[in-house]
Amino acid sequence: MDAIKGRIIFINGPVVKAENADSFKMREMVQIGRRKLIGEVISIENDIATIQVYEETTGLECGEEVISTGKPLSVKLGPGIIGNIFDGIERPLLKLYETGTAFIPEGIGMLSIDQDKLWEVNITVKIGDQLEPGSIYAEVRESSLIVHKLMVPPNQRGKVVFTEKLGSYNIEHTVVTLNDGADFYELKLYQEWPVRIPRPAAKRKPIQQPLITGQRVIDTFFPIAKGGTAAIPGGFGTGKTITQHQLAKWSDADIIVYVGCGERGNEITEVLEDFPEIVDPKSGKSLMERTVLIANTSNMPVAAREASIYTGITIAEYYRDMGYDIAIMADSTSRWAEALREISGRLEEMPAEEGYPAYLPSRLAQFYERAAEVVALSGQEGSVTIIGAVSPAGGDFSEPVTQNTKRVVSSFLALDKNLAYSRHYPAINWLNSYSGYIADLRDWYSDNVAPEMLELRVKLLKLLQEENKLLEIVKLVGEDILPDDQRLILEIARVIKNGYLQQNAYHKDDANVSLVKQYRMLKVIDRLFERAMEAVKNGVPIATVKGNDLFYKITTMKYNVPEDRLDILDALINEIDSFYDSLKCRYGKGECKL
Amino acid sequence: MKIKYLKLDKVEGPLIVLSGVKHAAYDEIVDIEVGSGQHKKGRVVQIDRDKVVIQVFESTAGMALNNTSVAFTGRPMQIPLSKGILGRVFNGIGEAIDGAGFYSDCKYEIVGRPINPVGRKYPRDYIQTGVSSIDGLTTLIRGQKLPIFSGDGLPHNELAAQIVKQAKLSKRGKADSKEDNFAIVFAAMGIKHDEAEFFKKQFEAAGVLNRVVMYLNLADEPIVERITTPRCALTAAEHLAFEHDMHILVIMTNMTSYCEALREISSAREEVPSRKGYPGYLYSDLASLYERAGMTKTSKGSITQIPILTMPNDDIAHPVPDLTGFITEGQIILSRELYQRNINPPINVLPSLSRLMKDGIGEGFTREDHPDVANQTFSSYSHVKEVRALAQVIGEDDISELDKKYMEFGRQFEQRLVSQGFEVNRSIEQTLDMMWQLLTYLPKEELNRLKPELTEKYYKG
Repeated sequence: MDAIKGRIIFINGPVVKAENADSFKMREMVQIGRRKLIGEVISIENDIATIQVYEETTGLECGEEVISTGKPLSVKLGPGIIGNIFDGIERPLLKLYETGTAFIPEGIGMLSIDQDKLWEVNITVKIGDQLEPGSIYAEVRESSLIVHKLMVPPNQRGKVVFTEKLGSYNIEHTVVTLNDGADFYELKLYQEWPVRIPRPAAKRKPIQQPLITGQRVIDTFFPIAKGGTAAIPGGFGTGKTITQHQLAKWSDADIIVYVGCGERGNEITEVLEDFPEIVDPKSGKSLMERTVLIANTSNMPVAAREASIYTGITIAEYYRDMGYDIAIMADSTSRWAEALREISGRLEEMPAEEGYPAYLPSRLAQFYERAAEVVALSGQEGSVTIIGAVSPAGGDFSEPVTQNTKRVVSSFLALDKNLAYSRHYPAINWLNSYSGYIADLRDWYSDNVAPEMLELRVKLLKLLQEENKLLEIVKLVGEDILPDDQRLILEIARVIKNGYLQQNAYHKDDANVSLVKQYRMLKVIDRLFERAMEAVKNGVPIATVKGNDLFYKITTMKYNVPEDRLDILDALINEIDSFYDSLKCRYGKGECKL
Repeated sequence: MKIKYLKLDKVEGPLIVLSGVKHAAYDEIVDIEVGSGQHKKGRVVQIDRDKVVIQVFESTAGMALNNTSVAFTGRPMQIPLSKGILGRVFNGIGEAIDGAGFYSDCKYEIVGRPINPVGRKYPRDYIQTGVSSIDGLTTLIRGQKLPIFSGDGLPHNELAAQIVKQAKLSKRGKADSKEDNFAIVFAAMGIKHDEAEFFKKQFEAAGVLNRVVMYLNLADEPIVERITTPRCALTAAEHLAFEHDMHILVIMTNMTSYCEALREISSAREEVPSRKGYPGYLYSDLASLYERAGMTKTSKGSITQIPILTMPNDDIAHPVPDLTGFITEGQIILSRELYQRNINPPINVLPSLSRLMKDGIGEGFTREDHPDVANQTFSSYSHVKEVRALAQVIGEDDISELDKKYMEFGRQFEQRLVSQGFEVNRSIEQTLDMMWQLLTYLPKEELNRLKPELTEKYYKG
């Protein structure tokens, strides 16, 4: 079939209109002008199509051709994705750099994953097998951590009529042929998938396990679930990106898809320099072996920024179908929303709140709903967890992107300016944040950590809320006037804040903390509270209750207890007990064991 | 033979519209002749079939629909560049305005390509500015973009001049930091004549005038050129940094005027406004400037940006500082309250931040204790603010002994560390030692951000 050709009649920034385009399809990918810039049809009226262009339009002229490709904006899914870095429409940035320039040239065409690299293919089917959509027909070792399973695309099925010999092939090589009685399907090492359409799965499963992040404030207080959604909103300088980086480094997903959407170039560079050197605690391998980066920095074309989120989630869903657990970090969804606003403005659409288009909430919902734990068509079980950063203007959470995100996510990790100013990181505010997964995860926590973990959580959260009320009073009258039991609450809350919630991303024993250690630390703090409260009730003055350096020791226990020496925490509990037992003797109340 | 178009459809503000045009290219530069002999430049900003909207540099005054002819050049805006630009002064569209002409065979498009994140080198070498509150608490890194958020009437120019005078490269960087590979690119957008004079004098006093390139678009000059001023300056900076391996410090002032120019043109083009009337693409536009800072793997040079902006009504949530803060790698915020108390430079350290600091300080960079002592100082000083609020309510006499110590720490911190004046130049060691001295106003148990071995070594309370 001949490609349909239109002609450019209008150019304004990334928006181009073409006439003679009545047979263009909505959301179809097109090539524009002599340099074959890549664009997508976003509306059609009479014979005029409006197109958003994923590259710089400088130098484009009226009258240049627009050629249809016949397919929607799609990405190639196959081996070569893991450990790689792509722009918003899956063009390999590493390969572009290898052409010899540190800058991104334009008109580079539709490059994608490496077509020349040879992969050793292990074909797992034989002639005569009946394959269904999603069936696995071959395996490729993609990285030291990831076995890439090649699956029959969702719209194909049939009997195997040909299998390639064992060997190494590039992704364009046909390794299996299917026949469904009418058509032959040649299965290569990749398939294409339109980014805006969710990949189908056999069944969605209910939420049942947490995504363990190694971050105490998240795992203990506001857990994220595998297959769930979380948002991290915060004004600038509150540490969104560093929190996202921490999650990318330490969470227990099999694969991390990190989407740098409209953010700083240096942040992506940092990931590129850091991740290969960080060793994943679970596997002992470099983190890059399980990471995919999508980078569309703020100065790269705005339309590709809009697409980058979809490219990321499509890649995540593809690996989910192989049976992996994926966490996708989108930093930041506000930049994506602004890209929508920018394009909407160029189209002169009627603006809704703060200039954002009226379809912002539905687009956000569609994106977050792609998170799920599923039984894939192949029968494998996998999950996609979405963690989106939100950058509200002026740090004001009432703006449309934060509000509409709040409606569709279940974990809300609100970053706080004042915590960030005092360099309390992660600056997650324990009063505004919430997690909707507590009920779903209750069984998991009690089976896998300890039955009382969540009770301790509630108890400490209550203490923190109590502290917040007391601080209101302290603001007016000072701390000295409070009765001792209330002053103790303030002291304990300080221990929780400095010794537990605050976590040092650059300390070897503190950057990543196992759930067991988290639980045992909670126990130490709880014991301290119980025994100290008992002493206060017995009339011991607060200054004595605090001990010489007992509180200090417990506040700094996070630095002094490596993962393999959790017995130190038991020793701390003993120290607490013996200290308060000795107080009992001195103040003559209760039973003296000494 | 180039075609000239002799009739305009419309002149409005900085825009002209003409029709019947064949083969206009988006973003290309046009040559406009008004009356007999007066030449102006313009840029194609929209094409709708044969109708073309052109944004005119300089002003449209004197243009009539029938006295103007337009010729299309077929290429986007370019400026000539060579190492000879050092010491020269240009206007906002890259024409020399210091009396001598300027010519170079090499012409560069001012729009610039985005740097491939893979091609970037992550900035790690710190720049010693000699200003304690910057070096100690919001360390500037070579290749960083660190704006100064100021207010009208605050001494941001003095601070910028102080940084220019005192900036020294880090010890690690000394190997390749010969005196002659350092230069300053100065972009003035909508600032007053006397401010421009002030900078010239300061550059002269620092003895660096022959390594400064200036691109000036002063307050009374055409606003369309204000849009191209920073782009010319950054193209010059890229040329010097990435082709001549120089270390460039770019000072861009005042970004608020730049954004207002952008808004003015946007509204003349009848675009859909977003917050406070600024165009929806303000973020992308600002990013296309700020993201041109950095270092690349393919050259030894670097571009460090210090953009200056004044927050309208001192409001940090205003779109200009807000969007800037989301793109730049931190910010230095000046405070009117400190300035009124005669603390200079009046840097408000709590909301100030350097995002690249974490990887450029500490052992092997500045000193091993730097990250912890900075962290502790932030934490303690932020508590001072709470104590002050309390003292205001119940009086300083009635607060606890510990809180009194915090009050004293806060006073000493502001008087000794922050208030150093615009002439004093402190080394990083002096700054760090002073931070430790200040922390001795607090009891050891309060210092929970310090690793015990560091307290052992440096805390002399």
